[in-house]
Amino acid sequence: MTFTIPIDNGDALKNAEADSQRTLYPYVTGTSIVAIKYKDGVLMASDMGGSYGSTLRYKNIERMQAIGKHSLLGASGEISDFQEILRYLDELVLNDNMWDDGNSLGPKEVHNYLTRVMYNRRNKFNPLWNTLVLGGVKNGESYLGMVSMIGVSFEDNHVATGFGNHLARPILRDEWRADLSFEEGVKLLEKCMRVLLYRDRSAINKLQIAKITEEGVTVSQPYSLKTFWEFSAFHNPTAGAQGSW
Amino acid sequence: MSQSSVDLPPKGGFSFDLCKRNDMLTQKGLKAPGFLKTGTTIVGLIFQDGVILGADTRATEGPIVADKNCEKIHYMAPNIYCCGAGTAADTEAVTDMVSSQLRLHRYQTGRDSRVITALTLLKKHLFSYQGHVSAALVLGGVDISGPHLHTIYPHGSTDTLPFATMGSGSLAAMSVFEAKYKEGLTRDEGIKLVAEAICSGIFNDLGSGSNVDICVITKGHKEYLRNYMEPNPRTYVSSKGYSFTKKTEVLLTKITPLSERVEVVEVAGEAMEE
Repeated sequence: MTFTIPIDNGDALKNAEADSQRTLYPYVTGTSIVAIKYKDGVLMASDMGGSYGSTLRYKNIERMQAIGKHSLLGASGEISDFQEILRYLDELVLNDNMWDDGNSLGPKEVHNYLTRVMYNRRNKFNPLWNTLVLGGVKNGESYLGMVSMIGVSFEDNHVATGFGNHLARPILRDEWRADLSFEEGVKLLEKCMRVLLYRDRSAINKLQIAKITEEGVTVSQPYSLKTFWEFSAFHNPTAGAQGSW
Repeated sequence: MSQSSVDLPPKGGFSFDLCKRNDMLTQKGLKAPGFLKTGTTIVGLIFQDGVILGADTRATEGPIVADKNCEKIHYMAPNIYCCGAGTAADTEAVTDMVSSQLRLHRYQTGRDSRVITALTLLKKHLFSYQGHVSAALVLGGVDISGPHLHTIYPHGSTDTLPFATMGSGSLAAMSVFEAKYKEGLTRDEGIKLVAEAICSGIFNDLGSGSNVDICVITKGHKEYLRNYMEPNPRTYVSSKGYSFTKKTEVLLTKITPLSERVEVVEVAGEAMEE
């Protein structure tokens, strides 16, 4: 996707340089993130793939990172922009710690900061090509929000990015409840991730689930889901239709 | 099967006779007429005794709902039905055409139609139009060789599947199928799953809406359940409809006929001219 602004074409060299400084298309991308609020906090799931166009280039990318003591950030979209955002947030958390005032940045504050950053970059036609999911728990209150690359931001009980919008949201809308236990929440997320694995071409079968509660943030070890391919119709699909597939 | 009215022997291959004329017209500024698209959710699945097809009932014209309760499950043969997504005129015309071809074929062979016959006729037609006939179909039926379910894409490719979804709501419906489908479903389980998938499309996709139509086809028997579920009923604030704030009062029961001011006389033979 190219963003073009009408510029006076006097200095072609300067324009070419200016163009090379703006994000025009994403290169290495991560696919969907799915997250839900549950009884004790927030659960977030993502796979570990980084696609380079149609190649599955990287299979060990952690797209979820803890931010400060209370939040977890998950990102889909351009991986280098995600790493840049982590650097910004690092600085933010560092400055917060230096105040040494007993208070620490909560998820609401981090979400607000990210919204401002994304929206301002979009206004300069140089977006950070990510859709971010921010979840956290502070003072007993769970928080789950989302920011897109153009600065659209909102909070909800369950969110999904990328393909998850089309495939996971219908399941979450139907089956989410406020009092899910940890096991039920993980089962629900795995259900969504399995459908994504079947139907999203850039998904891989290596995922992590992260849990944020009042105690803190834990990201699980990578594991894979069981899939089922034994439908009898798959064994001989053209038994009744010779010549088709 | 050429539809050309020119009396030339068929050359075989594609006929591009009208392309030059269409190009010339667009250059002269002719805008192609818009078409009615059925932003749609259509699904099909195979259960233990046969096939169940499902569809929503909303037909859209861009952002407007043109028909709140249209029929997207088309009759092909007594044992074969076809759901259609895409341009409404295209799905109607193509299914009608193949349905009549199947009937003539039944008269000639004296046998029940097979699903692959319908499949081959549809894909031949769609391929010859190179995707310009915008019809995406879910074809299902039960014939002498068992239950069959196929999807047909506008360019003419087909798939044979145990469960299938098409249309703009296909991802929402497919997420329900991928999460919940298993083999050997009973009739009630199958209907429940199809209704759930269509509802997922109705509530999560803007191009689909209104009611759920279901068609159950088994060996020797079919059931067309029109408006099986109506999850979007018209609601009224008051259960009685409109309620008058004040009771209508009867003021007078005496009827005074108005006096006649003009006498109307019928004159024979001078009827008004037509």
